[in-house]
Amino acid sequence: MAQPLVKKDDDRDDEADYSPFLGIEKGAVLQEARVFNDPQLDPRRCSQVITKLLYLLNQGETFTKVEATEVFFAVTKLFQSKDIGLRRMVYVMIKELSPSADEVIIVTSSLMKDMTSKTDMYRANAIRVLCRITDGTLLTQIERYLKQAIVDKNPVVASAALVSGIHLLQTNPEIVKRWSNEVQEAVQSRAALVQFHALALLHQIRQNDRLAVNKLVSSLTKGSVRSPLAQCLLIRYTSQVIRESANTQAGDRPFYDFLEGCLRHKAEMVIFEAARAITELNGVTTRELTPAITVLQLFLSSSKPVLRFAAVRTLNKVAMTHPMAVTNCNIDMESLISDQNRSIATLAITTLLKTGNESSVDRLMKQITNFMSDIADEFKIVVVEAIRSLCLKFPLKHRSLMNFLSNILREEGGFDYKKAIVDSIVILIRDIPEAKETGLLHLCEFIEDCEFTYLSTQILHFLGIEGPKTSDPSKYIRYIYNRVHLENATVRAAAVSTLAKFGAMVDTLKPRIFVLLRRCLFDNDDEVRDRATLYLNTLGGDGAVVQTGEDVKEFLFGSLDIPLVNLENSLKNYEPSEESFDIYSVPREVKTQPLAEKKAPGKKPTGLGAPPAGPPSTVDAYEKLLFSIPEFANFGKLFKSSAPVELTEAETEYAVNVVKHIFDGHVVFQYNCTNTIPEQLLENVTVIVDASEAEEFAEVASKPLKSLPYDSPGQTFVAFEKPEGTPAIGKFSNMLRFIVKEVDPSTGEAEDDGVEDEYQLEELEVVAADYILKVGVSNFRNAWENMGADCERIDEYGLGPRESLAEAVNAVIDLLGMQPCEGTEVVPNNSRSHTCLLSGVYIGNVKVLVRLQFGLDGPKDVAMKLAVRSEDESVSDAIHEIVASG
Amino acid sequence: MELCPLIKNILLLDSEGKRVAVKYYSDDWPTNSAKEAFEKTVFTKTQKTSARNEAEITMFGDYVVVYKFVQDLHFFVTGGENENEIILASVLQGFFDAVGFILRGTVDKREVLENLDLVFLCLDEIVDGGIVLETDANVIAGKVASHSMDDGAPLSEQTITQALATARERLARSLLT
Repeated sequence: MAQPLVKKDDDRDDEADYSPFLGIEKGAVLQEARVFNDPQLDPRRCSQVITKLLYLLNQGETFTKVEATEVFFAVTKLFQSKDIGLRRMVYVMIKELSPSADEVIIVTSSLMKDMTSKTDMYRANAIRVLCRITDGTLLTQIERYLKQAIVDKNPVVASAALVSGIHLLQTNPEIVKRWSNEVQEAVQSRAALVQFHALALLHQIRQNDRLAVNKLVSSLTKGSVRSPLAQCLLIRYTSQVIRESANTQAGDRPFYDFLEGCLRHKAEMVIFEAARAITELNGVTTRELTPAITVLQLFLSSSKPVLRFAAVRTLNKVAMTHPMAVTNCNIDMESLISDQNRSIATLAITTLLKTGNESSVDRLMKQITNFMSDIADEFKIVVVEAIRSLCLKFPLKHRSLMNFLSNILREEGGFDYKKAIVDSIVILIRDIPEAKETGLLHLCEFIEDCEFTYLSTQILHFLGIEGPKTSDPSKYIRYIYNRVHLENATVRAAAVSTLAKFGAMVDTLKPRIFVLLRRCLFDNDDEVRDRATLYLNTLGGDGAVVQTGEDVKEFLFGSLDIPLVNLENSLKNYEPSEESFDIYSVPREVKTQPLAEKKAPGKKPTGLGAPPAGPPSTVDAYEKLLFSIPEFANFGKLFKSSAPVELTEAETEYAVNVVKHIFDGHVVFQYNCTNTIPEQLLENVTVIVDASEAEEFAEVASKPLKSLPYDSPGQTFVAFEKPEGTPAIGKFSNMLRFIVKEVDPSTGEAEDDGVEDEYQLEELEVVAADYILKVGVSNFRNAWENMGADCERIDEYGLGPRESLAEAVNAVIDLLGMQPCEGTEVVPNNSRSHTCLLSGVYIGNVKVLVRLQFGLDGPKDVAMKLAVRSEDESVSDAIHEIVASG
Repeated sequence: MELCPLIKNILLLDSEGKRVAVKYYSDDWPTNSAKEAFEKTVFTKTQKTSARNEAEITMFGDYVVVYKFVQDLHFFVTGGENENEIILASVLQGFFDAVGFILRGTVDKREVLENLDLVFLCLDEIVDGGIVLETDANVIAGKVASHSMDDGAPLSEQTITQALATARERLARSLLT
């Protein structure tokens, strides 16, 4: 005690030194494992060696195949010992070694003996081991014992058999399904866990039989399930049944009473499971929610962190859909802000942010400010996102919320956190006009001292768009020009672009911007210099103050409406020459999945595309193909190619599909034909098209296919003229005409004489959607506003009874053939209304944007409001016509 | 399959985050380094919290983790993000208390290592392939401690005998001091 310091050190040394496994080494332990082979087994010693082996495996050590086999064989010797403790270790060891099939045979008999032993512990464990390592063939041998074990009076044995059954069901379902009767008996067991395991297995056996699951649930919800775990399972199965029977909305929800009853169960896990199940019911009503919220509220003030966490996490989810239902808990929630467990505190705060009302915002923000300093970034991001949605909900509070965001922006934080804040400020600026100027200044201050290049460039870009539109654009210039002095090349280049945008938009600033841009001409980075030169030229920086032309503005601000992949491909194909690269030659079609061509001729793996380069699966390839045919070379630029449409049933003699190529004044049908009869050679293949139901079309050219041997696809084309620039539609009937020649399959030689024959194909239609290109826009809202309401056309339509809202939405999207934007083609479950945004390019290169608002009118009837904006009112009208006639 | 409560792993780490005994029941961590990375995250994220009286809980990524510390040992049980937290907590409590029973109250790293065989058996008795086998610490400890018993003695008796033995020992110790 005289030298406490030294003593302490000694202690620590002792501790570090002391471990029964110190300096343990695989090689040595494997040597030690030889004691397993001793004729006189020492159970204690063997047990120790197994523990060492398990320790090594547990620490991540691996045995080679040879080592594992050796250990395995040695371990099997230990079945001779009668020592229970050793036997238990042997069981664990065998499971860890996961022996191969031929090794399993060695232990099978020993394990089967244990399975029928009088010792319960042996039986239970042997079952678990055997089922873990066995395969199907062995399983049939031991099936009889397993069935007995399921109804064994010892609960440990029964559970072992049942749990093994659950695992085996994955690999050998047909065998396990035969145990249904025994499992059903076990469900009635008095032992809690046996009941739990039996119920889990029984449900898995029957899970594909809805009626059986229904019956199971209705009988068990009446009786009393003793085990809390089994009760939790039953609650899960019940919610599943409720979910699947949700079609019948009328009257009380079936089984709701059962769930509500579980809220009064004595086990917390059951109460919680039931409360959570109720909150997750489809279209849950406030009345149904109330009792669940009440028990969750009690949990909020529990002394156990796990209960508080579970409750606040569930309430947080409820707050997203039913904020009003959660407000009762607000007081309890506020006290959780100071909870020791930061996960609970964060969940509490974000819940409060979702449920709070306008008057409580300021108080809440004060509490959060203190809280933010001591939580990790990942929690802070969650809070920032919650604050953003709060601000969008209460725009009047933007001042205090924006202040909060700018304060935390100045504090320490990682990239993801800072990005979340910047994104939030940007969104608030975009959506709340009053917040714009303060928000922009906050961002300016941030880039003065920002270590993240990505964020700096994003903010500079955003400043370039929003800054010039403010009341005093000049005040931002200083912040932007500072970047040119202080930052790396990437940021400097972005700053130059931003300056140019100010120059283009604000004529009074132009002379001063020129001065700044000229200084950038001496930058030591070429990208920065290039940009400065480019902008000086486009803006007319030779001194004269000129009005900025529309095309310059378009150049600076217009979005790149070409898919980047297409641009990349075109640039790769471009060969430097006198002719400069033409951006309008880049195809605009958003690439769809590889076209459906491949699936056409069922069993044969060869694609249908004839060009040796492979199937023409892209617009590029189609265009090349068509231009190589002299008859079509003067049709101009290919506007759109449709996906292949099958004109024959699958598995017929001749497989034909058609691709519609739309040009400004022409339509070309490309018939992809495959001959599936080995004994035939087709020659002079053409398609005779009857266009009597397509009045505006006149056939101008046809390109026959010379020869179509077995299983080697080829194409024939027919071209039509149509009125230029208009979306002519019509129906075409098709007849395949050809000369058949018999082929001797043994020699592959065709006979000289052929017979003329015809083969009826299905009809083909040119529809309005063929004249619209799927072209997405990155920011629909911006695009919509930029388009203006000049050529807007709005009308309402009744779509009649539909299967579902989603089905109606998809039908309209297909009808119009336009690109859904921002994921709005997905209709959330159970919604009563939906807005879908579409964009596209109409023939004649006219951009079209469509806003569809769907609503359920009555139980099944769908009503739709269609708003179209485009650059040409006749196009807007045309879109309406498509919908009206569709 | 998701309908049945599933345990992803049970971890027992020391005060430096090193493995004492771990058991994984899910393929979410296919390699040893993936496992070690997970253990490291779990350990560092919970290190500063106090989980010595009540079990604590946290969430990261797609996992819910409940944990409890004693002396230089950190106990963890991991489940999927939609798992019932209270079920996970009951497994943790079962493991924690069972280890306590087996080691007769002195739970620290040294004791655990000296009785590692029993701790492995304990893990084996709590969860089988992710499915909860037993959460009652008494029953778990009973099954594990049925070591020295004669062949053929039924379980329930073993547990009682075991309890008697413990009681006798405690009594003897209190008389001696």
